[in-house]
Amino acid sequence: MSTTTGRADPAAPTRGRGPDAPRRPSWLGDVRNVAVRELAPLRRQPASVLMAMMQPLVFLALFAPLLPEVPGGSALQWFVPGIVTMTALMGASFAGAGLMDEMLTGSHERMLVSPLRRSALLVGRALKEVVPMLAQTAIILAVVTPFSFDLHPAGVLLGMVVLSLFAVGVGALSLALGLVAHGEPWLFWGVQQTVVFPLLLLAGVLLPLDGAPAWLRVLAALNPMTYVIEAERALFAGSFPAADVAAGLVAAAAVAVLGLLVGVRGMRRSA
Amino acid sequence: MSRSPVIETRGLTKHFGSHRTRVEAVRGLDLSIGAGELVALLGPNGAGKSTTLRMLTTLTPPSSGTARVAGHDVLADPDAVRRAIGYVGQGNGAGHQQRGRDELVSQGRAHGLSRARARERADELVADLDLAAVVDRPTIGSSGGQRRRLDIAMGLVHAPDVLFLDEPSTGLDPQNRAHLQDLVRRLHAERACTVVLTTHYLEEADALAERVVVVDHGRIVADDTATALKSALGDLLVLRLADPAAAARAATRAERLRGRQGQPPSVTVEDREVRVRVAHGREAVAGLVAALAADGDAVGSLEVSGPTLDDVFLALTGRRLREDGPGSERSEETAA
Repeated sequence: MSTTTGRADPAAPTRGRGPDAPRRPSWLGDVRNVAVRELAPLRRQPASVLMAMMQPLVFLALFAPLLPEVPGGSALQWFVPGIVTMTALMGASFAGAGLMDEMLTGSHERMLVSPLRRSALLVGRALKEVVPMLAQTAIILAVVTPFSFDLHPAGVLLGMVVLSLFAVGVGALSLALGLVAHGEPWLFWGVQQTVVFPLLLLAGVLLPLDGAPAWLRVLAALNPMTYVIEAERALFAGSFPAADVAAGLVAAAAVAVLGLLVGVRGMRRSA
Repeated sequence: MSRSPVIETRGLTKHFGSHRTRVEAVRGLDLSIGAGELVALLGPNGAGKSTTLRMLTTLTPPSSGTARVAGHDVLADPDAVRRAIGYVGQGNGAGHQQRGRDELVSQGRAHGLSRARARERADELVADLDLAAVVDRPTIGSSGGQRRRLDIAMGLVHAPDVLFLDEPSTGLDPQNRAHLQDLVRRLHAERACTVVLTTHYLEEADALAERVVVVDHGRIVADDTATALKSALGDLLVLRLADPAAAARAATRAERLRGRQGQPPSVTVEDREVRVRVAHGREAVAGLVAALAADGDAVGSLEVSGPTLDDVFLALTGRRLREDGPGSERSEETAA
């Protein structure tokens, strides 16, 4: 048998002490590592943010012109916050598909055998959703501001805080779905479609629900996205009604907390 | 093996499914692997090799039994095991949408290297594994052989004490398979780390491993060096004679042959053909042919072949290992 024991790899990272000795990263370090890794393809190919944007851009181009003028502002002013929220929902709801792809090709398995904490694998991926969401919002606002849309930066900024929480929550739920679907794309996409479209319609993205029948309004009241959109509409118009903003913030935070709890649980059980 | 074991399992067992549909993937495996060994787990698809590897690498919890890797229990302290091991799975460790260099740095950071050190380490591995043409574009554009080298680099970022490779050469063409085997041999020699790989290629186990653990139906059926496994089985002599009567006489003579340790041969006759399996048959065959000639039975044709691990597997299990042949699909049991 070989007598190579003791002949250490000259290229090995220094074991023992010293400034370069491997040290277990903090939880935040792990989260950051996962998020930075997730963002690498986006950093290398920024045009890929447009991928999840086709639907909202089509709505803006082909549906917005059909909207009747609303009292107290342009139709676009009313419509854009809904489209921004829709884009956030769409983009974040794809998160699980990326994870499933990595489950099939092997890189997820590699990360499960690395010392990265399970919770960080989920949280880092969910947090990453904020970046494309912000980029997509910026693109939409750049497209609509030359038209009958008034940009209120302070409101938009607070709106982005609410929407970031929402995107993280939706992203985490999508990741949890990807983990459960475990390489069955039909299961993932089936559930994703079944959930996303009713959520959109019930939140009044395309049409106001003011004239809706009572049962529809009850469903809308149960939809957290309804409150997020209400808050976004107020904030994007430059007004800060405390109750609406608070309701939106609480709804988005609730989605974030629920998503992260479910997602981390799913990741811990991930084989 | 005098060296202290780096991997030690006791009654390691894994079953999948519920009570009724229970599949016993691994049944009570007792395995001890010393520091610096290069071991192949050899067996057909579904034998339990990959499940064993998945338990040793903390991916799948054992149903019962224990496993210690690099001094840590896989169930009690999976984090410590993960820090100590490198793992190259059946898939690609580097994400398909990612660039190889980014993935190497991320993996280094995950193992606690500073950013500067992780970059430096990535550079070292790129140079060492000849990856310069691969790592600065999305992995998906690389060939199978390139991706495999990158996967191995991913597994080596933290210079692990133990390197696990799950079916490393599956899906590679013969040339890339040969390159891969050279690479594994070189890494093992240079780095003094323990290497455990699974394979269903006999040639691979034979060419690569110092020690071959033959697994079938979730159990170890043999555990030795490839040479010892084969020499225990002996050489195969195939003699063709003039007619069945001559063949019968030749068989009687062949039964008197003895291996060096005195093992009796196994002899079968079919028509004019006599097949003799005997230890050190190469040395014995000249005497046999001469004796037959002296009896007036000329040997028409003669084949002598050394045993292959396939023969060993057949002798151990009654089945051939290579029914599906090389190039078959990814193996089994990436189970639920």
